[in-house]
Amino acid sequence: MSDNIIELKNLSKTYKGGITAVSDFNLEIKRGEFVTLLGPSGCGKTTTLRMIAGFELPTGGEILLNGEDITKYPPHKRPINTVFQRYALFPHMNVYENIAFGLVQKKVPKDQIEKKVKKVLDLVDLEGFERRKISTLSGGQQQRIAIARALVNEPEILLLDEPLGALDLKMRKEMQLELKAMHKELGITFIYVTHDQEEALTMSDKIVVISEGKIQQIGTPEDIYNEPKNAFVADFIGESNIFNGVMTGHLKVRFCGAQFDCVDDIPEGTHITAVVRPEDVIMTAPEEGTIRGRVDSVIFKGIHYEITVVSGKNEMVIQSVHSATPGNTIGMKVDPDNIHVMIAEDNTNIFTAEINKNYNLEYNGSEIAADITGIIKGSRRLEDGSVADARGEIVDTEKVRIEVAIKPQDIVMTDEHESGIVDGYISNLIYKGDHYSYVIHTDLGQDFVVDDEYLWNMEDHVGLLMDPSKMKFRVKR
Amino acid sequence: MKRFAISRKTLGIPYLLWLIVFVAAPLLVIVFYAFTNGQGLFSLRNLSGFFTDPNTLGTLGYSIVIAVISTLVCLLIAYPTAYFLAHSKIKSKAVIIFIFVVPMWINFSLRISALKEVLTLIEGNLAMYPFLNAIIGMTYDFLPFMILPIYNTLINLDQSYVEAARDLGANSAMAFFKVTLPLSLPGIISGVSMVFLPAMTNYVVLDMLYNSTYIMGSLIGSYFSAYNWHGGSMISLILLAIIFVFTLATGKQGDTNDQMKGGAIL
Repeated sequence: MSDNIIELKNLSKTYKGGITAVSDFNLEIKRGEFVTLLGPSGCGKTTTLRMIAGFELPTGGEILLNGEDITKYPPHKRPINTVFQRYALFPHMNVYENIAFGLVQKKVPKDQIEKKVKKVLDLVDLEGFERRKISTLSGGQQQRIAIARALVNEPEILLLDEPLGALDLKMRKEMQLELKAMHKELGITFIYVTHDQEEALTMSDKIVVISEGKIQQIGTPEDIYNEPKNAFVADFIGESNIFNGVMTGHLKVRFCGAQFDCVDDIPEGTHITAVVRPEDVIMTAPEEGTIRGRVDSVIFKGIHYEITVVSGKNEMVIQSVHSATPGNTIGMKVDPDNIHVMIAEDNTNIFTAEINKNYNLEYNGSEIAADITGIIKGSRRLEDGSVADARGEIVDTEKVRIEVAIKPQDIVMTDEHESGIVDGYISNLIYKGDHYSYVIHTDLGQDFVVDDEYLWNMEDHVGLLMDPSKMKFRVKR
Repeated sequence: MKRFAISRKTLGIPYLLWLIVFVAAPLLVIVFYAFTNGQGLFSLRNLSGFFTDPNTLGTLGYSIVIAVISTLVCLLIAYPTAYFLAHSKIKSKAVIIFIFVVPMWINFSLRISALKEVLTLIEGNLAMYPFLNAIIGMTYDFLPFMILPIYNTLINLDQSYVEAARDLGANSAMAFFKVTLPLSLPGIISGVSMVFLPAMTNYVVLDMLYNSTYIMGSLIGSYFSAYNWHGGSMISLILLAIIFVFTLATGKQGDTNDQMKGGAIL
């Protein structure tokens, strides 16, 4: 038998309206582990917890507890207890009756119940609170009673659904450490749900990052922080600078309009996402940096400064103990170890287009022949030529941006570089068997990957023709 | 804009007048009549008369029996109804209001007349079952007042309490009796107080059902129609005292529960 206490196999939950809360969830949890399900609200983490507790039935997959299928067991038949988000302490019972509730159900003799309640009250530091009414307790005390009420049943697994969400910051930090200590002392498996990445990093042995009902990454806090698997994880855990880029050589990556050395061995010409943590950006003299930029803002954050630097069309956030002067040009470099390169979800070129004053899509000063009303849902063109959205408000051309995605094979290169939507120089070419993959470097700091069956030369000046019907659009606000 | 600045006190005047004319003054008149005799002199004869006349005491006892049983029957029908409504998929307010309010739109006498016809059809002669018919009449008339507050409490009851009970090892029946039922007590109390008291006095229902059952309401009615203002007032006052004590007791019970918010009607 494995040492997994609980296993979720292809667990899915689709609600009647067709909304999928959890899809194809696979997770193994070892005995005694502190596992955190982490994700933004509505990502399916609470639904997963509720399925483990037995409050909701999965629509697919199974839950194994010590190898036994418990998917269809009612909650009271599972050796699992829950600490609820808003505690759910019974208001018509006192502290003792609340804690004793589970033991009374199990018909434990009275003298033993008394002993156990006393012991668990000791554990949560609330000795002598037996006769107190729930309404007389503070939030923190209620929290402890809720934990005591679950722990007194000696469950194999303790589920905690955002248990610290209602507490103030200081109390929360204290309880985090106490929970961690309790976990160590009791050796019970904890499954903890939170949307607070810092809480997850502080407490867990293992973090499961969830987004839109799917597991994004499973790993130790260090793994998750240092080696995020995709842009979502990188963005959600800690602060990150995230850039789209292209591999331009062996251990060479190009993003932010410059070439960097990196340690990830990814084939040339692959679209990548590069993640650089703000604390890993080193400020240098302008001529010494890999890239240069103008300091846009400096904010004092107590232990460090948060400096935003604009370089071309890109923005880099830096955390440093050194300050900088807004308006100055500085250089920036990043240690190859600290550039985390991930293969982009698909090898698509993504760029951001604007809406011009004629309410047409525009990129690099040229209009893209695509209908705005087909991109912004429910919008329509008014008589004066402007476009109103579904709520009837005129679209704010200053704020609304359209993200355009186009596949490398849908871009055509032309010698008449004036005629393309954008022009640039071929900075890279790789033979891919039946076609060449080119990287075109533009003055906008945006690199395009283009597939073409004909051979072009390095440094050729080319225009890029893109068929609007091949583009995919997404509204960005 | 100054002339629109009517103070709260000014706005309260009509209500105060209403209270004085229709509540305080009649009450004082009742108290005056209850403690005076035909000559307008102070007298305790009405009070002692009430407690020495076996007929009036018998009527009081019988009224209480009728009220208790009607209330219990109402509760037994109303609680499951409210429970299933609160847990059903019908979350639309319109449906709920339709179920509760529309019957009340139909004139009271029309509803009771209809009930009378139905009962006659079943029983043949209404006079055969005066007690049963009294209970049926009261239950029929007051049921919505029992369902509504219980429904309100249940719909506002945080489901996580039930989940917590289930999580701690209670099966669904145990979770209901240990958590849902005690936490819906404010609604039950509110419903009981809205049914119990009218059921002791509403003799119009019985009259319309050609029912000979004599309750407190009938007693007061008979005193007044015989122009015995003094005796009738004393009985009203005693009833008022009973109501007062009852409300005080149930109110206190409600206070010990921290869930009063659910007890009010709509």
